[in-house]
Amino acid sequence: MIEVISTGPLTLVEDLGRVGHAALGVPPSGAADRGSFRLANRLVGNRERAAGFEVTLGGFTARFDAPVTVAVTGAACDPRVDGVSVGMNGPVTVRRGATLRLHTPPRGLRSYVALRGGLDVRPVLGSRSTDVLSGLGPAPVAAGDKFLLADEAVHPVLVDLAPVPPVPRSSTLEVMPVLDGQRWFRDDDLHAMPAGDYVVGSDSNRVALRLGGRQIRSERRGEVPPSGLVPGAIQIPPNGQPVVFLADHPITGGYPVIGVLGTASQDTAAQLRPGDTLRLRFAS
Amino acid sequence: MATASARSSQPRFIRYGESALIIELDSLEAVHRAYAALTRAGVPGVVDLVPAARTLLVKMAPGEVDEAAVRHAVAAAPLGGAAKMTGELVEIPVVYDGQDLDDVAKLTGSSVDEVVSRHSEPEYLAAFCGFVPGFAYLTGLDERLHVPRLSSPRVRVPAGSVAIADHYTAVYPTSSPGGWRLIGRTSLQLFDVERGEPALLAPTTRVRFRPVRP
Repeated sequence: MIEVISTGPLTLVEDLGRVGHAALGVPPSGAADRGSFRLANRLVGNRERAAGFEVTLGGFTARFDAPVTVAVTGAACDPRVDGVSVGMNGPVTVRRGATLRLHTPPRGLRSYVALRGGLDVRPVLGSRSTDVLSGLGPAPVAAGDKFLLADEAVHPVLVDLAPVPPVPRSSTLEVMPVLDGQRWFRDDDLHAMPAGDYVVGSDSNRVALRLGGRQIRSERRGEVPPSGLVPGAIQIPPNGQPVVFLADHPITGGYPVIGVLGTASQDTAAQLRPGDTLRLRFAS
Repeated sequence: MATASARSSQPRFIRYGESALIIELDSLEAVHRAYAALTRAGVPGVVDLVPAARTLLVKMAPGEVDEAAVRHAVAAAPLGGAAKMTGELVEIPVVYDGQDLDDVAKLTGSSVDEVVSRHSEPEYLAAFCGFVPGFAYLTGLDERLHVPRLSSPRVRVPAGSVAIADHYTAVYPTSSPGGWRLIGRTSLQLFDVERGEPALLAPTTRVRFRPVRP
């Protein structure tokens, strides 16, 4: 059993999300940086879909009543067991009675804690993920919460360390253009987008990054008939400031989508903090 | 321009990132037919389908994108068929005492009783869901009730609120922000994760509203 002692600004239970219910308006949710999340599970020998903790800006502390193999990935947060640094991106066995603590990462936003077996949390619509937009799934983790482990360990712990590059200071996100969505906008604005820095707004969260920067101006009134969205979709609302949807995006949106981030860039986007800058590079 | 009955234009398949396609179709009918066809076809790698007003989003598992199989399944569907695609009929009891009911009456130049009878008379069709789980956009709203959304949305709309905006009507499944005009409320639970079918209203569900006393 694991007892949570502190959660930092936000700790959530996440897995790989809800699949198959989108037509009912159910967002996919799941870990925002899926690459880091899946790595954490592989490192401890879990199925990739096992539930773990998504820790935003560190501060997570938990006490372990039994030995458990864990791994921490994503934003580098100096994980320590009873005060001793254990490092990122590698399996660590936490002894009975020991405390794991994640510190505030100097760069990046979200760190993932996978525990061998996965968190045993009651699934909702096939997933253990917390969806902050719809409210489906478990409540955000709170101090005092206790967790048992499930049975999602499927292979031995095989790897000592995964080589993961550090999060860069400024990111270029790769975008697959959606030409259909782009037809509403002025060519010179779209061509200028890759050269311009955008800043991540403070109102960004698991639903979307709200970017500030060069305005993308529409040739016509902003709305289009509602249409399905995916994580990584870049939407241009009437104010011309791009919105980059993440895991907890609403199922449909009523403004044009000009592109969708590539898979790796979606993971990068999930690590951007308010105030970080980024560029958008459109694939041809 | 050719009339709709003379020719149904071909669906357009638009790549939507690395693992999804958006299919643009002529009509809501065609969207529902394509949705039914892809659901039945069970194309490997298709993990979710999102019908919307004039589009169907097809989400696929990364590495299992088979655009040809999706095109094939849609090509085989009778998109221009005459019969409507419809599902079950759901009746929703409504107490017509919404906060915007008087405003809607004024905006439409009618009495409150006329608003109530115009809203409760038709049979509606759930076109698609979005916004929050279980929120279905219903088509079939009397033209005389077409009103714009509120210029400033409410921060909180009570769960069960029955509302209208543009040419749709809907029921808010949960308490959420909302910009539609509130004309009534229902005690029915629109979305319940414990139910086998969690959403009361899904694409192609038919809906009637029945006025009831509080």
